[in-house]
Amino acid sequence: MAFVTANWNPLGEAFYRKIELYEMGWNLKDGLRECLVAAAPYGGPISLLKGHNRRSPSARPQLEIYSSSGLPLASFPWKSGVVKQLGWTVSDDLLCVQEDGTVLVYDLLGGFKRHFSMGNEVSQSQVLETKIFHSPYGTGVAILTGALRFTLATNIDDIKLRRLPEVPGLQGAPSCWAVLTQDRQSKVLLANGSHLFILDNTACTPVTPPGLSPQASSIVHMCDSFSYKYLALLTDSGHVWMGTSNLKEKLSEVDTKIKTPPKQMAWCRRPKSQQPSAVVMWDGLLIVVGECKETIQYHLDDDSILVPELDGVRIISGTHHELLQEVPGACEEIFKIASMAPGALLLEAHKEYEKESQKADEYLREIKEQSLLSEAVRQCVEAAGHEHEPETQKTLLRAASFGKCFLSNFPPEQFVSMCRDLRVLNAVRDYTVGIPLTHTQFKQMTVQVLIDRLVYRKLYPLAIEICRYLKTPEYQGVSRVLKHWACYKVQQKEESDEVIAKAVSVKLADAAGISYSEIATKAYESGRTELAIKLLEFEPRSGEQVPLLLKIKKSPLALSKAIESGDTDLVYTVVMYLKNELNRGDFFMMLRNQPVALSLYKQFCKHQEQDTLKDLFNQDDDHEELGNLYVKASYKEQRLEARIALLQSAVDEYYKAKNEFSAKTTEDEMRLLRFQRELEEKKGELLVGFSLHDTMTTLLSVGLHKQAEQLYKDFRVPDKRFWWLKLKSLAEKEDWEELEKFGKSKKSPIGYLPFVEVCIKHHNKYEAKKYVSKVTPEQKVKAHLAVGDMEGAAEAAIERRNESEISTVLSRCSATTDHLLMERLNRAKATAVKK
Amino acid sequence: MAHTEWRDAPELPDFSLLKRLARDQLIFLLEQLPGKKDLFIDSDLMSPLDRIANVTILKQHEVDKLYKVELKPIVSSSDQLCFLIRPRIQTVKWISDLVNADKVAGRFRRYKIIFTPQKFYACETVLEEQGVYGDVTTDEWNFYILPLDDDILSLELPEFFRDNFLEGDQRWVTTAGSALHLLQSVYGSFSKVYGIGRCAKMVYESWRELMEEGEQRTRQPEFAKVFLVDRDVDFVTPLCSQVVYEGLVDDLFRIKCGSVEFGPDVTSSDKSIKVMLNSQDKVFSEIRNEHFSNVFGFLSQKAKNLQTAYDKRRGMDIQQMKAFVSDELKGLKQEHRLLSLHIGASESMMKKKTKQDFQELLKTEHSLLEGFEIRECITYIEEHINRQVSMIDSLRLLCLLSITENGLLSKDYRSLKAQYLQSYGIKHLLTFANLRQLGLLEEQQAGETLTVMESKVGKLVNDKTVGKLTDAFSSLAKKSNFRALSKRLALVPKSGEEYDLRVPRDMAYVFSGAYIPLSCKLIEQVLERDGWTGLEEVTRMLNGQEFAVTGGSSSSEARNKTDAQRIVLVMFLGGCTFSEISALRFLGKERGCRFIVVTTAITNSARLLEALLDNHA
Repeated sequence: MAFVTANWNPLGEAFYRKIELYEMGWNLKDGLRECLVAAAPYGGPISLLKGHNRRSPSARPQLEIYSSSGLPLASFPWKSGVVKQLGWTVSDDLLCVQEDGTVLVYDLLGGFKRHFSMGNEVSQSQVLETKIFHSPYGTGVAILTGALRFTLATNIDDIKLRRLPEVPGLQGAPSCWAVLTQDRQSKVLLANGSHLFILDNTACTPVTPPGLSPQASSIVHMCDSFSYKYLALLTDSGHVWMGTSNLKEKLSEVDTKIKTPPKQMAWCRRPKSQQPSAVVMWDGLLIVVGECKETIQYHLDDDSILVPELDGVRIISGTHHELLQEVPGACEEIFKIASMAPGALLLEAHKEYEKESQKADEYLREIKEQSLLSEAVRQCVEAAGHEHEPETQKTLLRAASFGKCFLSNFPPEQFVSMCRDLRVLNAVRDYTVGIPLTHTQFKQMTVQVLIDRLVYRKLYPLAIEICRYLKTPEYQGVSRVLKHWACYKVQQKEESDEVIAKAVSVKLADAAGISYSEIATKAYESGRTELAIKLLEFEPRSGEQVPLLLKIKKSPLALSKAIESGDTDLVYTVVMYLKNELNRGDFFMMLRNQPVALSLYKQFCKHQEQDTLKDLFNQDDDHEELGNLYVKASYKEQRLEARIALLQSAVDEYYKAKNEFSAKTTEDEMRLLRFQRELEEKKGELLVGFSLHDTMTTLLSVGLHKQAEQLYKDFRVPDKRFWWLKLKSLAEKEDWEELEKFGKSKKSPIGYLPFVEVCIKHHNKYEAKKYVSKVTPEQKVKAHLAVGDMEGAAEAAIERRNESEISTVLSRCSATTDHLLMERLNRAKATAVKK
Repeated sequence: MAHTEWRDAPELPDFSLLKRLARDQLIFLLEQLPGKKDLFIDSDLMSPLDRIANVTILKQHEVDKLYKVELKPIVSSSDQLCFLIRPRIQTVKWISDLVNADKVAGRFRRYKIIFTPQKFYACETVLEEQGVYGDVTTDEWNFYILPLDDDILSLELPEFFRDNFLEGDQRWVTTAGSALHLLQSVYGSFSKVYGIGRCAKMVYESWRELMEEGEQRTRQPEFAKVFLVDRDVDFVTPLCSQVVYEGLVDDLFRIKCGSVEFGPDVTSSDKSIKVMLNSQDKVFSEIRNEHFSNVFGFLSQKAKNLQTAYDKRRGMDIQQMKAFVSDELKGLKQEHRLLSLHIGASESMMKKKTKQDFQELLKTEHSLLEGFEIRECITYIEEHINRQVSMIDSLRLLCLLSITENGLLSKDYRSLKAQYLQSYGIKHLLTFANLRQLGLLEEQQAGETLTVMESKVGKLVNDKTVGKLTDAFSSLAKKSNFRALSKRLALVPKSGEEYDLRVPRDMAYVFSGAYIPLSCKLIEQVLERDGWTGLEEVTRMLNGQEFAVTGGSSSSEARNKTDAQRIVLVMFLGGCTFSEISALRFLGKERGCRFIVVTTAITNSARLLEALLDNHA
């Protein structure tokens, strides 16, 4: 514990410390000399390209990827063109920018993912310098070409190349440049001698940083901070100017007194830090500059690189990996020598308590008297988060826990979540995993991203453990990891389909929100169609199964799956796909086995493609439906000849379907149509299209009795219908004489009651009465009632001794006029009932 | 007998919420197309839309002119056209033609299609095939349910029946599933789901899938049980003439979207009047479920009461009179107006229905239901056809005859069909083909044909999909088994017994005591038995496909009889009639629960049969 401050160095008001993260596990012969090196922020992987500038084809440079602790992740000889720059994307992919402007993308295990070009102009004039930067939109690439022009892509996942305007008076490569992100735009800041320019999409604007010391004749180096908010410039006179990156405000200027150009410069800031500070590195020397005149100087044994982080700078050398940062406030309060901060006192109190000394009480009292105990606990917890050594973390947390005992209702969340976070952090900082995240970085990057990083490294068990430990919701946590695992698993070529399918289903069985179709897609993409189908069987959502099945050309299976789902839209999708994919015959054959799909397609054809419908029925030899189709078509046809022709086709089809009834009826219709037309031509009556019945009605009403009779005979119209027709039409015309003749022509097949009723309907009681006598006995009462002859009705009813008929008559009698009749009826009723 | 008045009736959930939801979404969609625009509306969406958002609301959201979709060239000067349509291929094609015509004329407009209740892939395919996919933006208005009344919810999808049962096009299944899901997410889950019919099963499956996908919210359910029933389980009921007041009004005047237009013969003036028919109408709510023979008496009693209420003002002093005018008079006036309308309606009903013809028609129907004097019935139907009394009624009688008799004898079938064609034209060959496909009007087959088909299919039954094929076949070759069912479930009360229609003793009152609607009887039986046990033979005759599933909430909850536990949701797939609704209201009262009817549309015999004619397509 006493050594906590051993590695602290004061600079102005603040302290800086350098912590060793790892002793590198790699074994590099020449250290980092003559290597292209790139290390990803947030404790990401490190890539090395050795001997990249040896141009002999015989010795291929070796590309190596290591974890932050120096454990090898991948290594392979570089076979493509000359690499100018390496860099990492936000999702831990390696970018290799080649001289010709081609950018190759690898995953962190060395798997090639894709490549893209930075445009023709770049490939023609070659890459001079390049920088990889991160913006709110993702990872970007900026290139300075041999023609001294800048080309920029803000997001490599959605490449839109932007060529920036020319810089006036630029003769050779600028002395230095950097990419700034301002106002949601990426701009280039470049120095040409002592002149500074900002290049954006449209213009090149000269700028002057406020208060830059005048003795500088050239700016030799520049860098922006991790957050792109601040900028540091190094002049050839050895001054470091620090200010905001919009160049509106100067924060400080320090003379390093070294005039040789440095190897690298980086910001060393932390959120809420007390002063702006930057780190400048020369061969064997590292200087930290802040606000004051003094600087901290470190000696470097080895070639190193600086990796700027959110809250410090990592220094990677051939043998060591260190973190240089401003000592966080809480740590400073507690560990500063002779600190009287509450946290420091609490730590002291706890130490005494462990020693079983009464001094513990004195310290505690002191804190409590100022009522700063909760502040003390908070400090200890916070400081624990910033400490790298588990032992120190523990000491601080114990002190916090000790202090908590003397507090009532102190919210426990902070303490608990810090314990959890530290447990996770210590796990990923472990040498074997090699992700040296600080607590600040961890909070910034979130658990989700950390899980992703672990998944990229294929550390599935650890990822799952962390999800479970932090109780991440399954969708975002365990399920997601399992999905990635499964996607990886299906690419393992050495195992058989069955084994993999089983393994996947067993592992994933009870995990919520797993999309088997995604895994199956992966399997298909890696050429394992059979496995993909097997996996799809586990997919409960048909909507997800079907598109993939189509993609892997399992259309029959896709069709039946779609039908099983009951989702017609899905069926439609498949049907339409098949329609374009297969030849007509095969397509129809496939539909024939799937009635649901078939009827759906028929619906579509009905509105869109009548002819296809015909083909469909033809293929099926469904002559009945074909016949119906023709009949329907005939009704849409205006011209009579065409209409008859269509009906003839219908007749043929009906005969083929052995449906004689329909065939005969259709033939009749054709005959009727011809008959109607003939009459239309001769007599000028509009008839075509009428039904037989309507035709006859019309004929009778205009007095064409002969023609009506002809139809009656030709079409074997039932007698009853004809009689009804004639009866109605004669009454309509009030041709009572003709009606009487007709009534007498032969015995009426419909009886004579209709005659009575029809006459009454036309208000001719006189005529009606003529037929009452002819009515059958059963209907007599009705007939009498119809003509209003109560006596006759009563007579008939009594004669028939029918109780209900008597009642009917009774109900029609009015008490005043038919008094006598009612008595008679009542009497008759009584006897009828008795009987 | 006024339905809502019985003591201890469970409170119904507030369905107006559904309207508000639909309105808000529509407004949101309209605002997606800022600026003035002309709105084209599918004609059958007009009335439902009016219930959700009237013209004023539409105007507020910058709808300039309203047009009905008529599938003809349009005259609109607006630069923005919005189409509010059902997802029908025909309409989409018409829109594509419009867009293409504009293109040829070099006219630039913005087009937006709002499909309701959802869009179909097929429609998008049409847009794509016509080359206008990029010119048109599409959206969905998830307007699944229109509450017609306190206890009637309608999907307003009359084409559901034809599409699903005749054309075998199951696209609306997901719509029905989504509607249930909507109800569930707004009003809470159900403890038990029953159903019968192929479509019912599919709807349930689609609903279940939606449930699984969405997050589960456990809340107090507002309905106890759900019953899903396919229309083709019971075709007899919708084919019968309706004699309950509301049903009769529907048969005679056609209730459209909860409102009816009474013509001059009813209003006894020269104007037609549009009236909303729902429980808000105090007079109507008391007579809607009554057999029409009681209605007149009831109304005249009501008129007398009204008169007495008016008469009260005699002998009032000024103060009392003032109170009377301000408190009661308005209500009385309103009641008066409604009363005179309903009296007018029932008069015109009586005029039509007490005529000889109607009595004979009813008698024939009842004989058919009882299976009594079939020959006479056939003669009657023949005469009906020959006299061209009514195209639809003749067809209706033919169908009733076929279903109740398990198909017609070949001889009868041919002669009746021939006569029908003579009366109404050969185009009805297609109608007959449709009716046969649905099993509504069939020729009796020689016994073996069916079994041959079955065994043929049986050989193939290994595969799940072929299983479905069998279903399709069996529904094709389905026998109605009405006679046996009627016996088993005692649908037709013994004849000869007097049935007092004033004091109904069972659901048969909705058909003058001659027949208990099969659909309602099934619901009663299943609820009584809490499942299908004991009804195996019945379900076999109905072609199976029955199911019962216990839902989310636990049984202990179900036991405590909260209001919600006494509410049963019945969903009719393919439409339901007002007679069935009346019967269910009666059943609910008997059993101390209440039914909420969800239907794809309100139907009756005419609508059912008109959907099967083929001359309009």
